[in-house]
Amino acid sequence: MVYTTKNKFVQILLKNILAWFASLLVIIPLLLVVLNAFKADGETLNMNLQLPKQWIFSNFSTVAEKGKLARSFVNSMLYAGIGTIITVFFASMAAYVFSRRRTKGMERLYMYVVLGMVIPVNYVTLTKTMLTLHLTNTYPGIILLYMAMQTPFTVFLIYGFVSKIPVELDEAAIIDGCSPIQLYVRIVFPMLKSAIITAGVLCFLNCWNEFMMPLYFLHSSNKWPMTLAIYNFFGQYEMKWNLICADVILTCAPVLILYLVCQKYIVGGQTAGAVKG
Amino acid sequence: MQKNKVYPWYFALGSVLIYTVLSVVPGLLGIGYSFTDWSAYSPDLHFIGFKNFFAVFSGENDYLRYITNTVWFTIVTVIAKTGLGLLFAVALSRNIKWKNFHRGILYLPSVLPILVTGLVFTSILNPKTGFLNEFLRTIGLDFLAKKWLVDPKIAFGSVMAVDIWRGTGYIMTLLIAGILAIPDIYYEAAAIDGANAWQRFRYITLPMLRQTLAVTIVLNVIYGLKIFDMVYALTNGGPGHRTEVLYTAVYKMMSKGLYAEGTTISSVLFIFMVIIGYFMVKILTKDEVVE
Repeated sequence: MVYTTKNKFVQILLKNILAWFASLLVIIPLLLVVLNAFKADGETLNMNLQLPKQWIFSNFSTVAEKGKLARSFVNSMLYAGIGTIITVFFASMAAYVFSRRRTKGMERLYMYVVLGMVIPVNYVTLTKTMLTLHLTNTYPGIILLYMAMQTPFTVFLIYGFVSKIPVELDEAAIIDGCSPIQLYVRIVFPMLKSAIITAGVLCFLNCWNEFMMPLYFLHSSNKWPMTLAIYNFFGQYEMKWNLICADVILTCAPVLILYLVCQKYIVGGQTAGAVKG
Repeated sequence: MQKNKVYPWYFALGSVLIYTVLSVVPGLLGIGYSFTDWSAYSPDLHFIGFKNFFAVFSGENDYLRYITNTVWFTIVTVIAKTGLGLLFAVALSRNIKWKNFHRGILYLPSVLPILVTGLVFTSILNPKTGFLNEFLRTIGLDFLAKKWLVDPKIAFGSVMAVDIWRGTGYIMTLLIAGILAIPDIYYEAAAIDGANAWQRFRYITLPMLRQTLAVTIVLNVIYGLKIFDMVYALTNGGPGHRTEVLYTAVYKMMSKGLYAEGTTISSVLFIFMVIIGYFMVKILTKDEVVE
């Protein structure tokens, strides 16, 4: 018995050392960004963990002004917000039909859509497609691209939830005289609420963090989202790490807040696809 | 109840249409254009057969290296993230104080924009002024202070390391959910039989995690083969194409007007992914409830 308790103690000790080591490895770079965001201009030639000699809160307003971040923030909100709403709206309807009508054809169509999680984008011909459709350098262009990219995973995620809603509900509603649209809007959609929120949060995160589509398809700086804005700011002010760190914080703030508030949904959604209980 | 009336096909129209036009069609068009001499310098298109593909696979230029780099990046990061993720998941799933704190912190990097993570690490890994080398010098390990992103020998390793830093917590989170879904009863029975920690891991946790592990590996492979932001921010393919991956190469070809070359290597990835993707999607959709 003495042996096993000692053994257990060593095990717990090792586990804790490992956990703290890993957490520190993640915390230090984040702390580095936060501390340096408040330092004065000359202090950040090399970023270190010393506290700022003087806390300069105006770094944030400086960077917002120089990097035109107010505009970019609104742009990012529009791209990610509208992109999320239309993606989730259409994807949930598609997932519902795929899940309810299990014919051979519909199953193939579902596989065809879900295959989109895997297939890579061909940016060369996508550029041609976007030009042909007159979508390059436009707000609808980016929003539709985000929808195309996020649809497969969103359909996949919601599909799993639809099958948990009993079909008997649909039958009852139809007998009571519901039209297909009423059935979906009044009965099914409310029951999918938690799936919709999960899919929506994940979709928003991905769209907010997206960088490549704007890089390829947005040429005028007044349409740039936060990610593209920070990349260009970084190019212009390469040595001013205090300002870059402030920009990093402003760019990450919305996703961090979303993460803190919706952790349950984010982790739940990511694991729903992976773990089948 | 007539299913085709109650669940009308046009409910799926919006999603399928946009996905087809902006994702599938460019992919298929790309295969077509791979057989031409499409470029920014001439308005005419000529059919040139498999010439572009020969150019990629003959190894005369660097194109093949961009593909092998991408594959290497994927293999190394998948193994490292899965191994470390599994280690942390086992440590953080049961019987540990502050587990929610650790889990929350480790997951955090995967919600941040990849580009931003890359930018921050260009400072941390700077050979002269970077935090990592300053720290190594402070604790007297000067010989470990390397030119992380500049030295051609280790630059790609550094890029992979940053990506592992970013992605391990996400894999860990999926695996923790998988471990917690294993009924306690198995562990209790094993404890009564006198199984030690390693045996419990080897004969209960690992076999029961097979499906979750398969899914995490698939998700990681998909992510790795499409990597762009991380490399673009850290090295932009340098030094001397040492860290060039497929998507950074395509971006450069696009800006040089080498459309046919860009679409050819994109199509190689596209064809490869559609073939293995079919099996990957089978793994992802396995065990779904079917009435």
